[in-house]
Amino acid sequence: MDVSLLGQFIFNGMMLGMMYALVAVGFTLFFGVLDVIKFSHGDVLMVGTFTGYTMYLGLSALGINNVFVQLGGVFIVAISAMALLGAVIARYLVLPLKSAPPLNILLITLMLGTVLRESIRLFYPDGSNPKPFPYLLPTNSWEFGSFTLRADSIILMLGGLFVIAGVHMLINKTKMGLAMRAVAQDEETAKCMGINFTLIVLLTFALGSGIAAFAGVMNGLYYNEINFNMGLQLGVIGFSAAIIGGLGNIYGAILGGFLFAALQTFGAVALPFSSAYKDVFAFGVVIAIMAWRPTGLIAEKSSERV
Amino acid sequence: MTDKTKDVLIGLAALALGTVFLITFIAIESQVEILGLIVLTTIMVVVSARVGISQRISGAFTRNEVTMNTAVLFAFIVIAFWFREDHFPLLMIATVMLYLTACLGLNVQFGYTGVVNFSGAAFFGVGCYTAAVLNQHTEIPHLFVVLLGGTIAALVGAILIFPVLRTRGHYAAVVTIAFGVLFKTFLEVNDTLGGPQGLNVPGMEIMGWNLNSNIEIGESIELSFYLNYVAIALILSSLAFTLTRRIERSWIGLNLDAVRLDESAAACFGINIKRWKITAFILGNFLIGVAGAVFAMMLGYIAPTNFAFDASLMLVSIVLLGGIGSPWGTVVAATIVILLPEKLQAIQEYRFLLFAAVVILILLFKPQGILPRGLRAYIPGWRT
Repeated sequence: MDVSLLGQFIFNGMMLGMMYALVAVGFTLFFGVLDVIKFSHGDVLMVGTFTGYTMYLGLSALGINNVFVQLGGVFIVAISAMALLGAVIARYLVLPLKSAPPLNILLITLMLGTVLRESIRLFYPDGSNPKPFPYLLPTNSWEFGSFTLRADSIILMLGGLFVIAGVHMLINKTKMGLAMRAVAQDEETAKCMGINFTLIVLLTFALGSGIAAFAGVMNGLYYNEINFNMGLQLGVIGFSAAIIGGLGNIYGAILGGFLFAALQTFGAVALPFSSAYKDVFAFGVVIAIMAWRPTGLIAEKSSERV
Repeated sequence: MTDKTKDVLIGLAALALGTVFLITFIAIESQVEILGLIVLTTIMVVVSARVGISQRISGAFTRNEVTMNTAVLFAFIVIAFWFREDHFPLLMIATVMLYLTACLGLNVQFGYTGVVNFSGAAFFGVGCYTAAVLNQHTEIPHLFVVLLGGTIAALVGAILIFPVLRTRGHYAAVVTIAFGVLFKTFLEVNDTLGGPQGLNVPGMEIMGWNLNSNIEIGESIELSFYLNYVAIALILSSLAFTLTRRIERSWIGLNLDAVRLDESAAACFGINIKRWKITAFILGNFLIGVAGAVFAMMLGYIAPTNFAFDASLMLVSIVLLGGIGSPWGTVVAATIVILLPEKLQAIQEYRFLLFAAVVILILLFKPQGILPRGLRAYIPGWRT
């Protein structure tokens, strides 16, 4: 295999990894503050993408064709709408079940995912068919042998890095981040120190869901096609990525996202199946990884006090 | 009249009312009438729960179990026989029975042992595709094919059990979700299994008796061939019901409950957690696969869309709505969840959305379901 083709695969894999990492960060944030898994995360991402798409259609209908305004509008509306949705889900579905068996939260968020997915399929105009997502980024590309570097990929990649850096700053350098870490470490003590527990949980869910919306719009801009089912796959893979890195650990989640994308890209290139099986392979890898390292590469302590 | 006979009579009266209701519900076509009947029934159920009639009825059912179970079986036969000439109602009844069988399997996993399985539809699909392939290409007797459908589903489950055993709660859930999605994607891209178009399944034939031909008695009476499948499905679901009920009552059920309630405590008392989780997972998947095999032969045609992740969640919804771990609850919930969208065409398209929303409400406000599982009675008749 020549070097430029290899470069292409690596770059595509990194693009995929960035998306997975952004989804995984959401899972790990929620798990950190509340010890719950929100399975509707992928579907929130999907709704975010559709919100962004609707915003684009709205702006076009108003005659606003400036790409920067459109791009800004799409991102801002999608992210803020999903941040709000995430907080609402946390407030009305997750927090009330905090002391119920963990299975119930799992079920309620799974069912919520179905509600979101089906709502888009049934109520969005022609929602059951894939939608063409507009090309809002420059479509220039540079050829290096068989390696094509697309300008939009670079911009999206930088955008993703920017978001990850932003989350890092937020968690480590701000008072809000300190409060989030405190809640994640010990809920009771954090409360005693005067931290508004509910507010922090809601903010964390808003943050995670906002990041998911970003990843969704990024996905739309990259593949230029969105459909109501995209969230399920990204959700399952994002969750597995978060597990590989160890739940609750943000950097682990990012690492997990890239690792998973690397495996998937490697599988698509190296294995003798037709490319139609790439999703089958991806889910097969999820199952295999769970069998191999059930609680992540950095194993979680599983002793239990009785 | 002794108290005992009075008790039995109350139970039988309630059952008769239920039978009449089901027959009316299946028979009427007008959407307004159906809606009216649903509203009326809801009011009746709520009122009877308020004034204590439902408790009296459920008491009558638990105290005279053998009589009442036979009566329920008889009621289903009456309902099936009432529609002996109509294809569609019989198809619906048989579908309810088969889904009931599958959900009883899920109940063993979720309800008794606490092993999560969000790929119920995939195991159902394994049964369906086994039946399709074996019926098309081999001469294996069809009753064996049904058992093989279950066996292969159980075998696939036996592979999946490894990651499930090594993990807990959320982690195990994601393994089964991944498998559910994988299965459907695999079917869609695999050409030997028909791809997205699916496969035709030859109908069932037992020792020369073709279940896909109408039953003719004399010259004037011709019964729908779906009556055959209703009979098979009824036998199957009764067997599954008896089996799971027996398991629940036995020492096996006690072990399964212990595993669900507290793994550490159960392990301390010498219960082999892995063994019981494997048993429950395999038994549950076997039941689901068997139901799938019969379902495929009855329908005659299967496609990957029948086994999507939403269908798995639908099966889980049935178990949850009925009350987790409660077989009678599963019977009621399976009937509601299958029949309601078929009869009320307005909600047919929205059924996944609707049931998902209902399950969210149930989890928020009445997590124990419609007919909650009662406490274990160690001495029959005690705690009346």
